[in-house]
Amino acid sequence: MERHLSLTFSRVATAAAAAVAIALVSLAARAPAAAQTQPQEIKVGIVAFLSGAAASPFGIPARNGAEILLEGLDKGSVPAPYEKKGFGGIKIVPVYMDEAAGPDPITAYRRLASSVDFVIGYISSEHCLSIAPAAEQQQKLTVFFDCGTPRIFEDNSYNYVFRTTATAAVDNIAAARYVFSLYPNIKTVSGINQNYAWGQDSWKEFSAAITSLDSKVKIGSAQFPAIFAGSYSSQISALLSADPDVIHSSFWGGDAEGLLIQGAPLGLFTRSHVVLTAGEPILHRQGIASLMPSGVVLGARGPHGPLAPESKLDDWFSRTYEDRYNNTPAYPSYHMAQAILGLKAAFEKAQTVNHTEHPTNAQIISAFEHLSFTTPSGTITMALGKGHQAVEPAAYGVTKVENGKVTLVDVKHYPVECVNPPAGMKADQWIAQHFPGAKNCPK
Amino acid sequence: MSADSGHARRLLGVAILVAILALLGPRLVGWTQFLLTVALGESLAVIGVALLMRAGLVSFGQGLFSAAGAYAVAYAMRLWGVHEAFVLLAVAIVTSIVLAAVIGPLICRYRQIFFAMISLAFSMVLYSILLKFNALTGGSDGMEVPAATVLGFHASAGGLAASYYYLTLAWFGAALFATAVYCASPVGYLARAVRDNEIRLEYLGASVRDVTFRTYLFAAALTGLSGGLFALSVGHVSPTLAYWTKSGEFIFAALLGGTSSPFAPVVGTVVFESLNSYLSASFPNVWQMALGVVMLAIILLLPRGLWSIYQTLAARRAR
Repeated sequence: MERHLSLTFSRVATAAAAAVAIALVSLAARAPAAAQTQPQEIKVGIVAFLSGAAASPFGIPARNGAEILLEGLDKGSVPAPYEKKGFGGIKIVPVYMDEAAGPDPITAYRRLASSVDFVIGYISSEHCLSIAPAAEQQQKLTVFFDCGTPRIFEDNSYNYVFRTTATAAVDNIAAARYVFSLYPNIKTVSGINQNYAWGQDSWKEFSAAITSLDSKVKIGSAQFPAIFAGSYSSQISALLSADPDVIHSSFWGGDAEGLLIQGAPLGLFTRSHVVLTAGEPILHRQGIASLMPSGVVLGARGPHGPLAPESKLDDWFSRTYEDRYNNTPAYPSYHMAQAILGLKAAFEKAQTVNHTEHPTNAQIISAFEHLSFTTPSGTITMALGKGHQAVEPAAYGVTKVENGKVTLVDVKHYPVECVNPPAGMKADQWIAQHFPGAKNCPK
Repeated sequence: MSADSGHARRLLGVAILVAILALLGPRLVGWTQFLLTVALGESLAVIGVALLMRAGLVSFGQGLFSAAGAYAVAYAMRLWGVHEAFVLLAVAIVTSIVLAAVIGPLICRYRQIFFAMISLAFSMVLYSILLKFNALTGGSDGMEVPAATVLGFHASAGGLAASYYYLTLAWFGAALFATAVYCASPVGYLARAVRDNEIRLEYLGASVRDVTFRTYLFAAALTGLSGGLFALSVGHVSPTLAYWTKSGEFIFAALLGGTSSPFAPVVGTVVFESLNSYLSASFPNVWQMALGVVMLAIILLLPRGLWSIYQTLAARRAR
């Protein structure tokens, strides 16, 4: 019996070893050929949620934004200052990947990074935090386009990683300022946020900013339902009975829509002033946008979509998007455009500065640091995190329903220095110290 | 004497496998080496699940121990400043064993769906704790795990992945050998008897409680090691490790490979992770569907797992 078993075992071991060897040799055989010195095209990995709950509100609009912009760049049809085709005349080949791709985000990232020249992507803050060190190890220039956590460049510094979007702290500081400009006499503030880092951080920053701007305002109950809970009746009841002047929510996607569908009939949106910091994508959801009442403060995580300043570039972007997808671009589409255009601007600056058609990674990185570039949402500057983290102006508006059409009115734009902490300071400290350096902020 | 020569053969078998993997290491492209690092590490958790299945226990909460191991590594680095991978992994294993020793006596009293549900409940409790106490745990965003040294050797950024590959391989080999020894030990045999007939086993004078508890501890140690290896190679820990879908993946990989040999879960995990990886790259928009179709085909055609291919061939040769 014992002999039989061990015999089986060693035979098993040999067979397993052989099987693994065959599998691995076939994997190794697929190794890509050595990189060409003069690439005729630039491969860009584009990562966004193409499946799961974050796909419909964020991932798909982001991918669509990348598609039309990259096609426009290849045809040379994008307005100034981006008339040059592709990246500095070199054709761009996008490689799309689902952010939820398996087996885990890091392995998926490494696989993608091994086959492309640059990576643009990531919506989830958890993914950004875990991919930044991997990008550094792989020495692959990686641009985060949407994730909001301030921790990436506040806790660490990276050479190969850039983020062309402001942090979520900016959204909440601007929201607090906007609330006071619309309703200067508020006395109580409550919140309903998803119980994970995004919701927890958003509430922490918003309530701190409110207190910092006016210490007499009472911070009331904070509701934290689980993400994708679907039903919010108990939280809505709690908020209705607390009856605060302002309700803050960083809900997104199906959760934001659920809150609207369930809360509006109960009067949640009329009894209190509701602030949805990431609520703008709802306006692009046919069938649900019409449920939006007047008087809801909506943010777009920056001056995007209906909050974008007038420009030829924005006209081209939103018109081309609408022609193709029969819907207007939401803020993730704009975030994607910022990342692509930032990389393009850095690439072309590196070409000019170094008098070469094919700048090295190091040259592109040094051109990208502290770069200012034009986007459909205005000018973006890579001012924080040693030139790797963007600062952005902010904008908020309040909904107005007229003839069944929802528009944003009373739109206010906040300059960079009113909503972004200065270099070297964490957002939390900046809020607690009453925003040193912020001046001429719209009241 | 016969037991000694059995162990020698087992050691030889594991050594051959590890040697082949080690020789292949430098020939792998960057990310396939990384894929294999993650898969071999994860296969230890799958072996843990398979060992419990051998005893008739389906753990739907094995993620509890991989999260415990992973967070143990992260905290040992952060709080105690430990940066030696071998010490960190030892901490991961000890943490899991201690945790299993505390909850094991309760969990091991249950069988079937009750065992599955209680193990799931414990892992979801840990998940909620990690999520809720975000000031200490980093919440859903998790914590960074900086690069560790391997036997005092501090790899460069470029060489880190390779050094973790060999680190994983070393622990993988040791754990696989330990598993083989366990399976051939009296407790290993008794575990199978627990699945077949508990009452008869008690009448024969063996303690069912003792056997299930020891198996549970051993599986927890393997899974804790797996979590520790994951934390090091990926460089980030998050509460999703304790979420039930992660435990579900372990079960799936175990079923895919089979449970009749210590090697079967390894094959199951490597195949599962590779399929996952290739399909999500090839079909970015419908990869889950493609994965589902392939999985369905494998399960329908090979209900006893991929390992049954080998068993059929071996049986034919023996005849």
